[in-house]
Amino acid sequence: MKVKVLSRNPDDYVRETKYDIQRVPRNYDPSLHPFEVSREYTRALNATKLERVFAKPFLASLDGHRDGVNCMAKHSTSLSSLLSGSCDGELKIWNLTKRECVRTLQAHEGFVRGIVVRFCGTSFFTVGDDKTIKQWKMQCPGYGEEEEPLNTILGKTVFTGLDHHRTEGVFATCGQQVDIWDEQRSSPIRSFTWGVDSFSSVRFNPVETDLLASCASDRSIVLYDMREATPLKKVVMTMRSNTLSWNPMEAYHFTCANEDYNLYTYDMRNLEQPLLVHMDHVSAVLDIDFSPTGKEFVSASFDKTIRIFPKDGGHSREVYHTKRMQHVICVKWSADNKYILSGSDEMNIRLWKANASEKLGVVGHREKAATNYNQKLKEKFQHHPQIKRIARHRHLPKTVYHQSKEIRVMREARRRKEKNVRKHSKPGSVPVATEREKHVVTVVK
Amino acid sequence: MYTTNMASEREAPVPSPHVGKKKKKPAARYWDEDPKGEKNDNKTENNDVESGKKLSNKRKREADLHHASKGKKIFLSGKDDPFPGPAPIPKNRIEKFKRKGETMPKTRKKNHKLKRLMAQSKDLSTMSQNQAARFDLLLPEDEGFLEGDEGEDTCTISQEDIAEAVDISSSAKYFNLKLSQFGPYRLDYSRTGRHLLLGGKRGHIACMDWQSKQLMCEINVLESINDVKWLHSESMYAVAQKKWLYIYDSNGIELHCIRKFNDVLRMQFLPYHFLLATASATSFLQYLDVSVGKEVAAFCTKTGRLDVMCQNPHNAIIHLGHPNGTVTLWSPNQKEALVKMLCHQGGVRSVSVDKTGTYMVTSGMDKKLKVFDIRTFKPLKSYFLPAGASCLSLSQRGLLSAATGDVVQVYRDVWRTPVTKPYMAHRARGSVWGLHFCPFEDVLGVGHGDGFTSMLVPGAGEPNFDGLDANPYRSAKQRQEWEVKALLEKIQPELITLNPNKLGEVDRATFAQRHKDRVETLGFDPLAKEKFVPRFKKKGRSSSGAVEKRKKQVAHEDQRELIKESVEVKMRTEKEHKKNKASVVSGHKSALDRFRK
Repeated sequence: MKVKVLSRNPDDYVRETKYDIQRVPRNYDPSLHPFEVSREYTRALNATKLERVFAKPFLASLDGHRDGVNCMAKHSTSLSSLLSGSCDGELKIWNLTKRECVRTLQAHEGFVRGIVVRFCGTSFFTVGDDKTIKQWKMQCPGYGEEEEPLNTILGKTVFTGLDHHRTEGVFATCGQQVDIWDEQRSSPIRSFTWGVDSFSSVRFNPVETDLLASCASDRSIVLYDMREATPLKKVVMTMRSNTLSWNPMEAYHFTCANEDYNLYTYDMRNLEQPLLVHMDHVSAVLDIDFSPTGKEFVSASFDKTIRIFPKDGGHSREVYHTKRMQHVICVKWSADNKYILSGSDEMNIRLWKANASEKLGVVGHREKAATNYNQKLKEKFQHHPQIKRIARHRHLPKTVYHQSKEIRVMREARRRKEKNVRKHSKPGSVPVATEREKHVVTVVK
Repeated sequence: MYTTNMASEREAPVPSPHVGKKKKKPAARYWDEDPKGEKNDNKTENNDVESGKKLSNKRKREADLHHASKGKKIFLSGKDDPFPGPAPIPKNRIEKFKRKGETMPKTRKKNHKLKRLMAQSKDLSTMSQNQAARFDLLLPEDEGFLEGDEGEDTCTISQEDIAEAVDISSSAKYFNLKLSQFGPYRLDYSRTGRHLLLGGKRGHIACMDWQSKQLMCEINVLESINDVKWLHSESMYAVAQKKWLYIYDSNGIELHCIRKFNDVLRMQFLPYHFLLATASATSFLQYLDVSVGKEVAAFCTKTGRLDVMCQNPHNAIIHLGHPNGTVTLWSPNQKEALVKMLCHQGGVRSVSVDKTGTYMVTSGMDKKLKVFDIRTFKPLKSYFLPAGASCLSLSQRGLLSAATGDVVQVYRDVWRTPVTKPYMAHRARGSVWGLHFCPFEDVLGVGHGDGFTSMLVPGAGEPNFDGLDANPYRSAKQRQEWEVKALLEKIQPELITLNPNKLGEVDRATFAQRHKDRVETLGFDPLAKEKFVPRFKKKGRSSSGAVEKRKKQVAHEDQRELIKESVEVKMRTEKEHKKNKASVVSGHKSALDRFRK
């Protein structure tokens, strides 16, 4: 007779001393782990609920400006620095880790219209309503020195925005025309006009660094190549775009913030229709900034909210608002992809988390692993109705809530009417226009 | 001296001083390239190694062979790897970790993003399955076994012999408790297999750590006891007493008396759902959520006294056996039975379902023992037991124990091969009342009229437990942590279905559903046939009679077309049928063909 009976040595399964960690022998046999899917689903549901519980995005409010914040700029080399300009011509430099203002200077008379930090991070440019471009040193002036700009260029007209080239000493301003400036010269090396009298913003492409785009007041977006004498092409939309932002990862894509409450992502090679229409705001969109990963962007709106959109999604994944935040004029996504900064009418700059439920600070290895696992579970079960409902739920201000409802009703009515018109007219005479086609008037080359 | 001898295999060959004597060849190693052996090796490998790796391995070895034939080997650093590439994983082991119904149907639309996503997730899942399969090698324990000598039946080997042959700690697992006063006994092992709960018919309850023989509590409830069951951990258990259902803690303190549950005869605990399912003499099946203390569902099964019950550990469906020979399947979400199976000619005496939820074993008053495949609800095997089995229990590794009177028989592989004799047999001291395999141990607990017997059944228990699921060696702290985790991921009773993986499958909208959605968004049915509206004609030809006539004409035409189509279809099928028939006839004639029409 040969016999063997299961006989375990407890020493193999119990820790030796109480200072050891407990032994956990594993066996991954699926038959020992029944209800795999249901348990994962339950975990995903719990993770989704916890995400909503821990969603506390608001971090800090930076106050100190004496008028509405009109523009902001990220520092190109330092994560903790932020520059902001207000409507009374004051410019402040903030230390974000300490959440305090480190420097204040009276940059312009009237509005500060634009700030941009040079790629090296040692100086920055400002434009203002007083028709000047000023270059400032990033360092504070020493004791006894006066706060003075390095350079001042007197322009002929008012400047409304500026942007700096990624690698060269060249910057662009916009106002009545788009000008390209060499840092060494006091007159523009190139000026672009295309039959319009005013531009609201100009942006360099961060990848194809010689390209730039601007939003004009005749509802058009104009594309330029810095090396050419004439603009490349423009697209005219039904409403005016306020600003635009290039996708830092996809060279040809840019998104513009429009007055008609929507944002439009375009491929610059095909401007006939936008790639995507991003809807959700209930008032004009004033500013937009892409995340450094190029996967998402944040938009600021006149409806007193900021929203985060995935670059390939038509609706926002997140909406931030507070009771006190008024019309948000400018917004920035920090270079470490973790924070969002918003400047608003009521003189404050607010610091938000980009991922509302993320835990800040040092995260242990196991915690990180658990977070990653939960993230994956949420992704896996995201389309299940219960999980979807919880993940999508947001509290909205009353006005926004009702207005979005109203907009939905209006859109529905318009659609219904169009359908009825189509029904009662000759077949084919009222073509079906998709949402993407509706907003482009023409493309001019 | 022998140290150099040991190392000589690896060092460069030293020229031997002896010339005349031929140098002894080093012993052949299994990694040395032997063309004959190579072939065999490859052949065996072909059977069970993944095809992708197999190819690369083969190619590499061929290259090696080529080098060897030239007479010069290229050494980059030491000897080359005799086993290049990752270690092969046997196919059957990968199969073990494959999830059922995993093949994703192809998407019809060219959705590149989705395609890429699916490919990625598939790669990840195969990788994790391979890793798990590879980890299988590292499992520390092997299952037990019992083999007789030549001509010796394993069923003739007595428990005393086995207990003598095995080590001391295992032999201590064979013991008898003589409790003749309050018997017969029902019993239950906790999920980790450490703790034993005994309930005597005449009111005696005892719970103990049966391996250390430490008594945790012993009480007498002064009432008859129908069944006992551990709840999720060893700190609480439920007792079905004469009238009500009671819950005690491990110190014997009565925690709850649940008056909603009366005359309970049998209980089952669903550990992942925290549900206690009870079957009562008044033919009620009730579910109690023990985490919140709420009755989840109560159904009147209208089938009389319910004293045969078991759960399917794979999908948490409750199986009830009835006196009319049927077995019914229940979930807490449906008032009617999910399935009714006629299993026996007489009443059903006992039911048991295996761990993977594939097989159900039933025994009935007709003295038959039947095995069913409960995925398809088809009978697989039927055995005749002269005395009939009163209790059945299946172990983790698929051994079946059946109690016939006072004899406990253990069978092996009842669903695969026709079994003629039992694997083991043991005579208990009284008629058997309760039977339960201990999880993760080679032990079968038998409750009978004269107390309790713990039998050794080699090969019954799963040798390797998972420490995060049910750890027999867990400390109090670990148990507390496990309890919190388990409560957090308690599965809701709504998720109990026949197929527990249904939740993870893609819900493909049917054509009808998609069409309905389309109609809703478009506002009209694009596939609908336009209704005929007769045109208005002048000169009095649009009188109501004429209009009706025209309508009728159109309708008639439509109908003609329909009929034409259906006739055509009919003709075609008939033709095909004839053709088939002709081919059959011409193919092979049989004597019975002449009776064909």
